[in-house]
Amino acid sequence: MGLFLLRRLLTLIATLVAVSIVVFLVMNALPGDPALIVLGIDSTPEAQAALREKMGLNEPLALRYLHWAGAALTGDFGISHSFDVPVGRLIAERLPLTLPLAALATVATVTTAIALGVHAAARHGRLADWGVMALSQLGIAVPAFWLAILLVILFAVRLRWLPPGGFPGWDDPVAALRALVLPTVSLALVQSAILARVTRSSVLEVMRLDYARTARAKGLSRSAILRRHVLPNALIPIVTIIGMQIANLVTGTIVIENVFYLPGLGRLIFQSIANRDIFTVQALVMLFAAVVVVTNFLVDVAYALIDPRLKDRV
Amino acid sequence: MRWNAVVGGALVGLVAGVAALSLVWTPHDPAGIDVSRRFLPASPAHWLGTDQVGRDVASMLMAGAQSSIAVALLSVGLGASLGTALGLLAAARGGWVEEAVMRLSDLAFAFPALLFAIMLAAVFGPSLTNAVLAIAFIMVPIFARVSRASANAVWAREFVQAAIAAGRSRLGITIDHVLPNIAAVLMVQATIEFAVAILAEAALSYLGLGVQPPTPSWGRMLSEAQTLLYLAPQLAIWPGLCIMVAVLGFNLMGDGLRDATDPRLRGVGA
Repeated sequence: MGLFLLRRLLTLIATLVAVSIVVFLVMNALPGDPALIVLGIDSTPEAQAALREKMGLNEPLALRYLHWAGAALTGDFGISHSFDVPVGRLIAERLPLTLPLAALATVATVTTAIALGVHAAARHGRLADWGVMALSQLGIAVPAFWLAILLVILFAVRLRWLPPGGFPGWDDPVAALRALVLPTVSLALVQSAILARVTRSSVLEVMRLDYARTARAKGLSRSAILRRHVLPNALIPIVTIIGMQIANLVTGTIVIENVFYLPGLGRLIFQSIANRDIFTVQALVMLFAAVVVVTNFLVDVAYALIDPRLKDRV
Repeated sequence: MRWNAVVGGALVGLVAGVAALSLVWTPHDPAGIDVSRRFLPASPAHWLGTDQVGRDVASMLMAGAQSSIAVALLSVGLGASLGTALGLLAAARGGWVEEAVMRLSDLAFAFPALLFAIMLAAVFGPSLTNAVLAIAFIMVPIFARVSRASANAVWAREFVQAAIAAGRSRLGITIDHVLPNIAAVLMVQATIEFAVAILAEAALSYLGLGVQPPTPSWGRMLSEAQTLLYLAPQLAIWPGLCIMVAVLGFNLMGDGLRDATDPRLRGVGA
């Protein structure tokens, strides 16, 4: 286990370094002068030269990368040009929205999907199974931002039960949670559609195995078989898909924050594109990509915990 | 024929047919602004009514199908060609080449299409080209993996071993034996990725990173409609329904084709 963890950890570090090089190269080496991008084409050559000096753009590319990556490791992502504050502080200010939203959406996705998937598998071939499968086929085809708009029309415009967007801050926890209901539901419904299908087929597969039949033969109840014998063994493909969906969740959070005008990281990245705030975009893209990579690492470790046979093969 | 292939094929045919028709005919000019006729309800003249500047919604939806299909064709075509080439190369050469291709595709998985589009938009400004490139970029590792795995299975088979013994070059074997044998798998994957590309295009256009005005697109119609939810909620219904029909069609068709080409998966439905 120790050796496996060490090897996976080294791969993780190598991947993060590679990702940071890709992000840095795309944002810096492509034919676009960052000073020109920040200031716009109407700016004077003197102003561009001054900014280039200030941003350290006159140094060689490799040296700039090392400066950026080294500083980033200490949490220093440079100064945002549009907000004129450290990028790190901008990110820290917005985390209290994005993190709870992502966490709520993940919990809602996993519980909904496993409940629906197991329910469908337990009633294989019957109406409930057919209904769950049809709903999930639809759910996969629905864009999360459209579902969000439909929910706003129903619950905010028509019924006026929930706010259509915006975020009041955590000083009033009830109002804050109310503002997060529709964003969470729009993210979770679409994501759980895929996961419910995987759960169903994984549970069905395990239920066909000999030991599940033996458990039934020795007289265990249906729910006991599902809980004690089937679900733990069906978890591996489910965990794989949860890991793969983290990339979707990151993307989804960026989109949904923009649908609901939530002042989180997803909104910040779009403000930064509009403001040509290269350093902020660079830091946020790196952060989001790192979340995807680190989650995949955690999924690999989770595998080894669920199924010790796998740890030698990974 | 499986029912999902039939239904999916019909939906795909509908969307593709409407897109093709819109090249030569739409009921009105999809970009024709006439403020005196804004927010008209559905009528024989305007089947689905008009929007906030008097454009005919049905005509815009028809032209939007064109954008969706065009972006999906370009991005899947680009990503599938490049990815399949890499996957075939990896399978044919093995060794460090295979290792390098696989590690590169691992790396590419760290960037969802939206993140890549955001990077390109921040450097070059938002454009349709950047959206196509970003969607194609996420297709490359998917096709590289699928084609490498399928190609490796073909390379292990006896007729390929015979061709090696007969002294055929690796390139010759790849073109004559490997590619035809993995074509069905690639077709199924491409159909499913079409659905992914249509969803991605809609999201990017909704966020302003995809199709630019005045070209109609379902995603952008939704972002415009979103500012008018209290005034004209119906404008937010139609474009989303179109996206859903197109994505559902390609997904069902892909499932149906997979069932037809891989009998082992029949009935599992995942």
